[in-house]
Amino acid sequence: MTDKIDHISRQQFMEELRRYQKGSVTRRHFLGVTGLGAATVVLGAAMPGLIPRAAHAQTIGDRVVLATWPNYHDVANFDAFTAESGAAIQVNVFGSNEEMLAKLQAGGSGWDVFVPTNYTISTYVEQDLIEPLDLVLLPNYDTAAFDQRFAGPGTVDGKIYAVPKNWGTTGFAVNTNHTGGTTPSTWKEFFDLTQTTFSGRTMVHDYQLTTIGAALKAFGYSFNSIDPAELAMAEELLLATKPHLFAISSDYQPSMRSGDAWMTICWTGDGKQLNRDMPEIVYVLGKEGGELWSDFYAIPKGAPHRDAAYALINFLLKPEVNAKEALFHGYPVADARLNALLPPEVLNDPILYPAADLLNALEFGAAATLTDPNRAELMARFKSA
Amino acid sequence: MQRRLSTWLLLAPAGLWFAVMLVLPLCFVVVFSFGERAAAGGYVPAFTFAQYANLPARAAAFKNTLMLAPLGTILSLLIAYPLAYFLAMQADPKWRTLLLILVIVPFWTSILIRSYAWIFILGGQGLPAVIDWLGFGQVRLINTPFAVLTGIVYGYLPLMVLPVYVSLERLDKRLLEASADLGAPPLRSFLQVTLPLSLPGVATGCMLVFILLMGEFLIPAMLGGGKVFFIGNALVDLFLQSRNWAFGAAVAVTLVVIMLVTVSLYMWLMRRIGGVRDDVALM
Repeated sequence: MTDKIDHISRQQFMEELRRYQKGSVTRRHFLGVTGLGAATVVLGAAMPGLIPRAAHAQTIGDRVVLATWPNYHDVANFDAFTAESGAAIQVNVFGSNEEMLAKLQAGGSGWDVFVPTNYTISTYVEQDLIEPLDLVLLPNYDTAAFDQRFAGPGTVDGKIYAVPKNWGTTGFAVNTNHTGGTTPSTWKEFFDLTQTTFSGRTMVHDYQLTTIGAALKAFGYSFNSIDPAELAMAEELLLATKPHLFAISSDYQPSMRSGDAWMTICWTGDGKQLNRDMPEIVYVLGKEGGELWSDFYAIPKGAPHRDAAYALINFLLKPEVNAKEALFHGYPVADARLNALLPPEVLNDPILYPAADLLNALEFGAAATLTDPNRAELMARFKSA
Repeated sequence: MQRRLSTWLLLAPAGLWFAVMLVLPLCFVVVFSFGERAAAGGYVPAFTFAQYANLPARAAAFKNTLMLAPLGTILSLLIAYPLAYFLAMQADPKWRTLLLILVIVPFWTSILIRSYAWIFILGGQGLPAVIDWLGFGQVRLINTPFAVLTGIVYGYLPLMVLPVYVSLERLDKRLLEASADLGAPPLRSFLQVTLPLSLPGVATGCMLVFILLMGEFLIPAMLGGGKVFFIGNALVDLFLQSRNWAFGAAVAVTLVVIMLVTVSLYMWLMRRIGGVRDDVALM
């Protein structure tokens, strides 16, 4: 390395230091004449830890732990947050709300921010597991801009515990290369096909709400039913279907893409991603109905990096950042400010924004399904059968 | 006196670890197994046998585990023994170390990643496509008990090879010469000398593989597509999904009891066989 900096002697250095201490030269002059400024720049560039950060970097700490779902964030946004705030984001990925609740109930999760679904929030409040949000610390959250249909479940007993991330639907994806020209449009057809021509080719979620919900819908019952007689019907259907399933898993994209599976219970964003890459795979909302859901950002009680948690949520709710998130994950966001930032083909996409009649048939998950012992045990029996 | 003190000091770390990390949690599990599930999931203290009475609800998981774990152990042994025999008896000593390292190399990568690789190998575009191309028709491999068995044998093979190799490698080769000098054909030498003397290694390998297999949950979950359910999967579900800690504890206690009984029986059997061998050795 060639050194372009003119060296000064020790004595000269001490003289300059004293002049600087006495205030007779500026800091800029001192750093320039001693070469310390150049040295700092070189060191800083070589060590990422020394890159200058925004003024609040010292106050929010060096990390924030986020518990979320798979394929749910644009990593470029995470990098931008870290560059801006100095806090690195540590991501924990989960496959069901039950799993998240189990971790928080066991205690010591170490999470700062997590992503619960609408129907779980009241239980978290009852169990004293999350804290009400201080909206002063979330200036990017504009209550008026958010559709209350999707933001509402974040408010419990008049207090806001969670702010909306994005919403979506639960339907099914089917590869039309194998349907012989007639695309199934109901949950009943979903199960009938599985037991006949699609035997060994269908996947259901490893998630009680959607899998039991889909079976309930095939009989026209509520997605949220906890009625023992209706659940017994759903169990009978699921057990009869099980030998015909390809797999019970919420990670269905790889199998749908490889052609091993032809049909699966599916969420909006996965349906969008599959359809974008393989147009023969279409996303269907069962005519009987199904689930409409909204995911939120919330802060668990005792979050170790509370300031960083607020900073991260606030950052992700910034419309420009949130728009990038939406383009990545393929789910609709209930923030009206994003409409100006998203391309029209996204805003007019029938997968993201289904027709009103299909949307009206959908139900939000109910809190009772999360804690109901019969639904939990039904799912476990179905899996272990 | 000083000797006793040093004994205590030497045993203290392991003993403490054992007490705090094994005995104490096990006590909690036993206590929990007589409790009940809290309304929102978790545990509330109670004294009931209801959880144990509900065990038949997981009969399929117990059946799968108790069939596939021993089967996996036996298959591992059948594949591992000839390999270990080759390594110990026939491989050129120059290459032996390298070959042994090759046996261990898979352990350098996480089993999760290696299981993912199997998903593609056994998936529709992998082996089944080759079988179809060869004209043997369409077969389904992934998400079947066969796939789980393949994953298990693949994952645990090194644990079987190494102990068997060690016991064969230590075998006094002069015994084989003596056997040959006394007119025994090679097969008889193998059956009456090599095999009995390698039994301790076989016993250790089988024990290692079997105990780990009884608690396995990752391979069945990944290669069984959630359709080949082990007790380990039932436990994961009960604690992480349905949050029925009391029932989960009862399933766990039952698994521990089954293991204790099987392993004790196995050790008793091995001691009997071993005892006979000692008599032969003395003569």
